[in-house]
Amino acid sequence: MTPTLRVCSLYPELMNIYADRGNIAVLRARCEWRGMGFELAASSLGETLDPDSADLFYMGGGQDRDQALVARDMVDTKRDALHAVAARGAVVLAVCGGYQLLGHSYQMGDEELPGVGLVDLRTVREPGERLIGNCAIEADLGSGPRVIAGFENHGGRTYLGDGEEPLGRVLKGFGNNGRDGFEGVHRGNVIGTYLHGPLLPKNVWLADHLIELALDIELGPLDDRMEDAAHASARRAAGI
Amino acid sequence: MFDAKLALARAVRAASRRTGRGGTTAPGRLLLRVQPDAIERLGRRLDDGAVCLSATNGKTTTASMLAAILERAGETVVHNRAGSNMHWGIATALLDAGRERGELGLFEVDEAWLPQVARQLDPRALVLCNLFRDQLDRYGELEAIADRWAELVAERDGRSQFVLNADDPLVADLGRERSGVTYFGVEDDSLALPELQHAADSKHCRNCGHAYEYEAVYLGHIGRYLCPNCGRRRPDAHLAAEHVRLNGMNGSEIDVRAPSGRTTIKLPLPGLYNVYNAMAAAAAGLTLGASLEQVRAGLEGMSAVFGRVERIPIEGRLVSILLVKNPAGANEVLRTLTLEDGQVDLWLALNDKIADGRDVSWIWDADFELLRGRVRRATCSGTRAEEMALRLKYAGIDAQVEVDRNLGRSLDAAVRDRDGGAPLFALPTYTALLELRDLLAERGLAGRWSE
Repeated sequence: MTPTLRVCSLYPELMNIYADRGNIAVLRARCEWRGMGFELAASSLGETLDPDSADLFYMGGGQDRDQALVARDMVDTKRDALHAVAARGAVVLAVCGGYQLLGHSYQMGDEELPGVGLVDLRTVREPGERLIGNCAIEADLGSGPRVIAGFENHGGRTYLGDGEEPLGRVLKGFGNNGRDGFEGVHRGNVIGTYLHGPLLPKNVWLADHLIELALDIELGPLDDRMEDAAHASARRAAGI
Repeated sequence: MFDAKLALARAVRAASRRTGRGGTTAPGRLLLRVQPDAIERLGRRLDDGAVCLSATNGKTTTASMLAAILERAGETVVHNRAGSNMHWGIATALLDAGRERGELGLFEVDEAWLPQVARQLDPRALVLCNLFRDQLDRYGELEAIADRWAELVAERDGRSQFVLNADDPLVADLGRERSGVTYFGVEDDSLALPELQHAADSKHCRNCGHAYEYEAVYLGHIGRYLCPNCGRRRPDAHLAAEHVRLNGMNGSEIDVRAPSGRTTIKLPLPGLYNVYNAMAAAAAGLTLGASLEQVRAGLEGMSAVFGRVERIPIEGRLVSILLVKNPAGANEVLRTLTLEDGQVDLWLALNDKIADGRDVSWIWDADFELLRGRVRRATCSGTRAEEMALRLKYAGIDAQVEVDRNLGRSLDAAVRDRDGGAPLFALPTYTALLELRDLLAERGLAGRWSE
């Protein structure tokens, strides 16, 4: 039987500020080019979430006001489901604002946004500039160290709890907080990162890795000459 | 003492013009360094006051439309024509203020610089056209800009007239409960899109947070909206495009309703986005005292601004140049290309310099999918050429795709591959457009950036 990747996009109409749909486009195309099925669903404000309804859950970044709306709604309507998603080993990829909401809380001045607590981290908005720029990290997702290149743009600084693993080590850029040299979070099949927006087009190896994890299969190669050139371009922009 | 500083800045400008560098920023930078309040002081020399115009998209085109209208109305316009629209660009344009009597200053101003510049210029009118997602690495988020504009408008209430786009909820909201507001908009449902485009911003009511419902979407988040929760809706437009006939690259015909009557304008620039630019310029022109006939004549006499739909012959082949710099603007350009009969050739130059925005994520928000089946050859260039090419691949564009980061070489290759007989469109980002202009100037094909 041909496998089908079922993707659920969380709050896609609110959490899409940095062209997050590029990630979905890459997942879809790389499934379809291999003759696999691809299904896309969404769950948004006020809607419940069936933890078994998808193999990969995606959440992108949003503007401050939208993110605040989403934070409260997600805690109310989806927290338990997301814990069930993580427990059954489905893949969660959360980017930028979505990443911040995976943790316990996001302190923005006087306001504290709640998180779903899927991973042990806290985010605070500290005085100082937003952390903006091309970024490259080295991550080992089980097949040896590889480079993920992208762009970060965040006011919040994220601090992982003891024992929580980052996604990677910062090669260029700021990462979680601009201090400890680490970027993102990685626990089981839950991945959070500040490398925002179209992260997967710049790193199709990561897209394929996520599909393999989500479906527990091994993928054959595609003609990735253009993808490899784009990855090299993003690395060059980051200065590595 | 101030005059000596001015003379120094003018000398710098003369020198930079001689070396062919255009000189739109250095003289202003120097002047502001030696005289931080130069904009305020020079602005006072404009007898007929100043107008500030800002938007994410269409600033340069709209300002040149408005200049054309005002010149028809007999104004002597001091204008940052070259589109250098940050603090120093305004200062450079003001170097000659006060040479003649009865001058009116017309300044397009960068969205982020607008509050500061407007506070210094004390403008008689503020023309605010649209806010789309653009270079978020530089500007911060869209709503942060909208908030800063709202503070400015509140502060200027009673002192400036406001010309606002009724169809952009972020902009229209600025005029609620203010005096001296002229709203412009489009009211032709035959132009409506089937649904909100992906890159649409601001789909939630600024008043109560509920999602807006759109009765018609014209482009991005621009259209006729209403909030089903609190009842807030698009304000009535004083000036409206009631019927629009888009004639591809040849421009459009617009039936306009104004408080003083109706007219039909044959606009020589293509696309619905230029209809919006024209409506903004028309509303501003009327607000500043031009007649409807002067508005019509000014708009019909418009020629393209460099890189905003200019057609230049290169090696005997006519190349149309259209600036693309953010998803909403790019979508309108792409939509215009779909009006072409048959396939097109594209030269896309994606740069990631500071003025472009270092973040090239936006190409994934633009609907390149619109061009599926419509492209014969795509030549990708610029500092991030490979990523542009990849975007086309995932948009399902099955054209011959060539990649070369070198602008001149790739343009030549695109121009010379003319076997298909398809028209060639050049779509550069901002700094790629500047490089292209210099490249063409070296070949004697386009004038240097004029002031």
